[in-house]
Amino acid sequence: MKAIRKNSQVSGKGEIGVWFSSLGLSLGLLMIVALLGVIAYNGLSVFWPKRVVQVEFDPQSAPDLGSRSAVAGIITSQKVKSQESPEEWRLFVGNKDQYGISYSYFDRDSLLKVTQPEDLLVLERTAYGKAIGYPEHISGPSGELVSAEHPEFAERLGSLVRECQDRGKEIRKLETREIGAIHEALENLRLQQLRLERQSELSSKDREALEKIEKERARYESLFTTLATQARSLRDLQTSHKLQYRLASGEEIDLPIGEIHRFFYPNQIGFWGRAAVFCNHIKEFLLSEPREANTEGGVFPAIFGTFVMTLFMCVIVTPFGVLAAIYLCEYAKDGVFVRVVRIAINNLAGVPSIVFGVFGLGFFVYLVGGTLDELFFSLRLPTPTFGTGGILWASLTLALMTVPVVIVAAEEALTSVSPGLRESSMACGASKWQTIQRIVLPASAPGVLTGMILAMARGAGEVAPLMLLGVVKIAPSLPLDNQFPFLHLDRKFMHLGFHIYDLGFQSPDSEAALPMVFATTLLLIVLVVVLNLAAILIRNRLRRKYQIAGF
Amino acid sequence: MNPQWQNRAASRRRDPRGRDYISVKDYCFWFGQAQVLKGLNLDMQKGSVTAFIGPSGCGKSTLLRSFNRLNELNPQARHRGDIAIEGLSIYDPAVEVISLRKRVGMVFQKSNPFPKSIYENVVYSLRVAGENNKSILDEVAENSLRSAALWEEVKDRLGESAFSLSLGQMQRLCIARAIANEPEVILMDEPCSALDPIATAKIEELIHELKVKYTIIIVTHNMQQAARVSDSTAFFYTGNLIEYNKTQEIFLNPQNDKTEAYVSGRSG
Ligand SMILES: Nc1ncnc2c1ncn2[C@@H]1O[C@H](COP(=O)(O)OP(=O)(O)OP(=O)(O)O)[C@@H](O)[C@H]1O
Ligand SMILES: [Mg+2]
Repeated sequence: MKAIRKNSQVSGKGEIGVWFSSLGLSLGLLMIVALLGVIAYNGLSVFWPKRVVQVEFDPQSAPDLGSRSAVAGIITSQKVKSQESPEEWRLFVGNKDQYGISYSYFDRDSLLKVTQPEDLLVLERTAYGKAIGYPEHISGPSGELVSAEHPEFAERLGSLVRECQDRGKEIRKLETREIGAIHEALENLRLQQLRLERQSELSSKDREALEKIEKERARYESLFTTLATQARSLRDLQTSHKLQYRLASGEEIDLPIGEIHRFFYPNQIGFWGRAAVFCNHIKEFLLSEPREANTEGGVFPAIFGTFVMTLFMCVIVTPFGVLAAIYLCEYAKDGVFVRVVRIAINNLAGVPSIVFGVFGLGFFVYLVGGTLDELFFSLRLPTPTFGTGGILWASLTLALMTVPVVIVAAEEALTSVSPGLRESSMACGASKWQTIQRIVLPASAPGVLTGMILAMARGAGEVAPLMLLGVVKIAPSLPLDNQFPFLHLDRKFMHLGFHIYDLGFQSPDSEAALPMVFATTLLLIVLVVVLNLAAILIRNRLRRKYQIAGF
Repeated sequence: MNPQWQNRAASRRRDPRGRDYISVKDYCFWFGQAQVLKGLNLDMQKGSVTAFIGPSGCGKSTLLRSFNRLNELNPQARHRGDIAIEGLSIYDPAVEVISLRKRVGMVFQKSNPFPKSIYENVVYSLRVAGENNKSILDEVAENSLRSAALWEEVKDRLGESAFSLSLGQMQRLCIARAIANEPEVILMDEPCSALDPIATAKIEELIHELKVKYTIIIVTHNMQQAARVSDSTAFFYTGNLIEYNKTQEIFLNPQNDKTEAYVSGRSG
């Protein structure tokens, strides 16, 4: 025991560096954990339905609510600013259509009464965000009423909401798919017509074709009108039933059931009810499209855009980087040229990403894209097809940005393949290229994957260059869908990183969007982690497969 | 096999150098500035086992690796003099390195199976030669594994990774891999140095069997092994060939003091 203690003292003396290194590590870990904790807490608490309070107050103490003297809302913060001043509450009051604000501030002392009424209802609407109020009744198209006191009121409301949601899906299908297809067809007809009309002389065959196009167009247009009427009548049905509710401040409002997205009684449901709403919220966040300038709804298009772009970047950057590494490591003779190339690669890794964005815009979008448009899509000009930002150019630019990472990692992996393995292969009569292809590359695959993981980590979180290269606030369609040719690389896309920037700093009501910013940040981190984990899993499998016998 | 080689070989069969199968003539070798081999002359017979012995760093491996021109992977390598197999210089411009390496197989000190299945390891040389006919590959795999005395042990697990084998099995797998090419010469660089006595005995037995079909050159640090397996023995010292004779002569009746000191364990 004594000897051990002595020993440890000896090794401790004069080795302060060890302490510093552990201190540095733990400091770094602490910061990461704290950051992740804050993001996870804030990101997840967005989805948890909180209790709603009703407060009564002197109208003078809350001037931004006008002459109202009561309001219902969710307490989002309670803090004491200084010793003398009283506790300040921030209430999310919703009802933006009526109040014009999302949050209201109160001094705790100025509140006359704080209650938690059981029958308060939270309505998530398709426009204007949440409404908080007391339900009164549902009115049907022929004047029949279901009062809120009715024991089956909640079920009735639920079934009506579901009905409307199904109908809403139908309308969306009509409008985006079928009417979209008609638009596509009409655009094709227009292009055909344009091609024919550009010819200086029209043969009789051409004229026939033109007539045919005209007929086709008429057919499509009449189809369009029928579909449009159909959609309109469905839309009318969405407003046939109305819910009347009364705000805590007294206003009575009629809301078409079609505009209700979800509803729940925040002060009635227990823990499991809350958990159900929580899961529902998360599901919506992950799987549905954004609403209301992205501050509500889900972020599915952004997840998908980020995923596709990152994947595409990997698909481009990995072979490219590996080929470059093979040449550098196996074939290039060491000399001034190779050394310059190496220095250039290392410096490329340090170039700010926005510079790559500018390069991508100038080279890929304007030069390559513009040329492609002139060569293959000249009829559509001046509407650009490839001559504008799109997911292809963004992926290519990010691939260019991350290629140094892959080259360096791949080179390291290639050089670490044991020379004995190469020699055995050559001694079997394999050429150098065969050796590389059949032995060296598979054995260095884990290292290459490490490079890919690093590239992914850098590329997936990058936003600045994307802003020049086709990322948008709201993309009308995904880069992958069921319309030929299925993968639309020319399309603009949404991206989680840009979504965060847009929500937090570009939206008109950034305070209301703050929770979504946290949630989206959490999601972006999770997405990057998941992509990395997938790559690491693959790498471990490869390692096991290509493990080198241990001696 | 390269037909060009055969033609050439046929035309030079009556080379004045005689019926010696492999002949090394005034062979010098450098890594950069350092001279590793200093003018070697020796001839080996077809179907014989020749052992290379000598203290560490004397150039045994370097000479061995010259026979299949594996040293050329090192850009620093230079040579002078000549090595001929069956009367044709291995440096003859008509000789392709790849066809030379198919004629001269090699087994390394560290058994380094490829990160592939046992089967793919054996048929690797055929695959790189463009052979993909399953029945041919199967046949070669079985024959090679049988020749390497490994077939009975692995016939049910050909698809498994080569790394699942024991060290001794791996080394026999590497021998099978070398045999699959149907070489004429097999070079072995300390093939048993990482093996236990039983695995070593197996390999030695194998060498006895392979001798019938192949000409074998083996580098070893184990004097007993050299005495057991080889017909002739060459003793090297700092890049010089000190003594080359029948194995019995080298061990029982060495002509040179250094040889005597080395084989009797007094130096090296
Ligand atoms: N790649 C190389 N570059 C430079 N020098 C080398 C290289 N390989 C071997 N040498 C040198 O060549 C000399 C002979 O080496 P070689 O490997 O042929 O010796 P060896 O007789 O096989 O020794 P051992 O019994 O230890 O295997 C040594 O002095 C070694 O330092
Ligand atoms: Mg050696």
